[in-house]
Amino acid sequence: MIVCAPTVVAFGARPKRTAPMRIRDHAHLSDEALVALVARSDEGALAELYDRVGGIAYGLAYRVLRDESLAEDAVQEAFLGLWRAAATFIPERAKASTWILTLVHRRAVDLVRREERRRSEPLDEAPEASTGSAEDSAWLQFERERVQSALRELPDQQREALELAYYGGFTQSELAERLGQPLGTIKSRMFSGLSRLRELLDDRAERDAWTTTSS
Amino acid sequence: MDDHLELTAAYALDALDARERERYEAHLATCERCREELASFWTVSGALAHAAGGPAPAPALRGRILAQARSERPNVVPLRPRWALPAAASVAAVAAMLALGLGLWGTSLSRELDRERSARAGAGEALEIVSDPGAHTVAFRGAEGHIVVSETGKAAVVLSGLDPAPEGKTYELWVVENDVFRPAGLFEGGGARFVQALSRPVSDDAKVAVTLEKEGGVDAPTGPPLFETI
Repeated sequence: MIVCAPTVVAFGARPKRTAPMRIRDHAHLSDEALVALVARSDEGALAELYDRVGGIAYGLAYRVLRDESLAEDAVQEAFLGLWRAAATFIPERAKASTWILTLVHRRAVDLVRREERRRSEPLDEAPEASTGSAEDSAWLQFERERVQSALRELPDQQREALELAYYGGFTQSELAERLGQPLGTIKSRMFSGLSRLRELLDDRAERDAWTTTSS
Repeated sequence: MDDHLELTAAYALDALDARERERYEAHLATCERCREELASFWTVSGALAHAAGGPAPAPALRGRILAQARSERPNVVPLRPRWALPAAASVAAVAAMLALGLGLWGTSLSRELDRERSARAGAGEALEIVSDPGAHTVAFRGAEGHIVVSETGKAAVVLSGLDPAPEGKTYELWVVENDVFRPAGLFEGGGARFVQALSRPVSDDAKVAVTLEKEGGVDAPTGPPLFETI
């Protein structure tokens, strides 16, 4: 059999994200270019995307599911979804990382709703291990701080609705019941919160554009 | 406030229940404005993902993902047992839903959906089946695609890159049990990707086959299947 895979992936020899010289054939490619390669069944491209987004994806899944093995399931299924469906991805419409994280989140939320072991206290702050882990790139730490500080600027009720929905995995109807508010109020808080967060992040992106570089 | 805009925010946060989600996705298939708004809100929810924190994954996860991906290379007959499929099926369905949400299937699918919506089976039913997290898939041998079977036995066919049926002909679906072929719907093929509900349930022991028949379909296949499930 003739194999024409462009890259050999060495399992167990994962280069550290923080290594100054990453010896990976795909390291110079954009996320979107990697997705295009994944659509051609390029395993090395899938590995590179995992190295870039897998940690964030797992952190997200863990925050929703509060269970290591379920969080791993969610991430694994999402990346396999990417592997199978990469050909349908059109980069003009979304960033590849957004697409992957959307897949992971959908899967995590479906799992947490199916497992009735639901989330003891989803309003918890992000888990402790989240900040300053040595594995994180400087860019990721910067991005996390940027979003968390934008969240802090939201009115409390909007932030609460966003956090319970997104990190807690509650449906809008469950939120209405939990918070003792009409469904219309919850919908409106989520919409206003997400819209306001978008504005805040856009403003910050402009302000920070000159002062930061992504690794 | 436009109700669909609020629903778009809730959808981007995954805050809709299964029924609301399905209804919204049906709307999304017809509304370019909501698709654009959704793409924008997904960028914001993606930012929320970055802020989630959480511990680092176990190093072994990477190897497991790559090993499973390798085992699923196209043109390799899958060796995995059927019981291993359900989770994978649902995530493929999710990926498909997301692609739909972003308008990635383009006009060919929209056309299919419109046509299907007016057809008896209806796209809603097909979408409901493929987005059922409890569903499992069985691949076709001889064509790029699979069937998705929900826990209740309701089934949908998902096919990619199938040429349109020749003039005067139609593809016909069959549920095959103990060598008995029962008709399960007609379709024309064509388009990048194609989804349709079968008109009869598929039991664990049944296969699904496709033949090419004269327009309008027939009660029993007139030739051997073009392709069938593994």
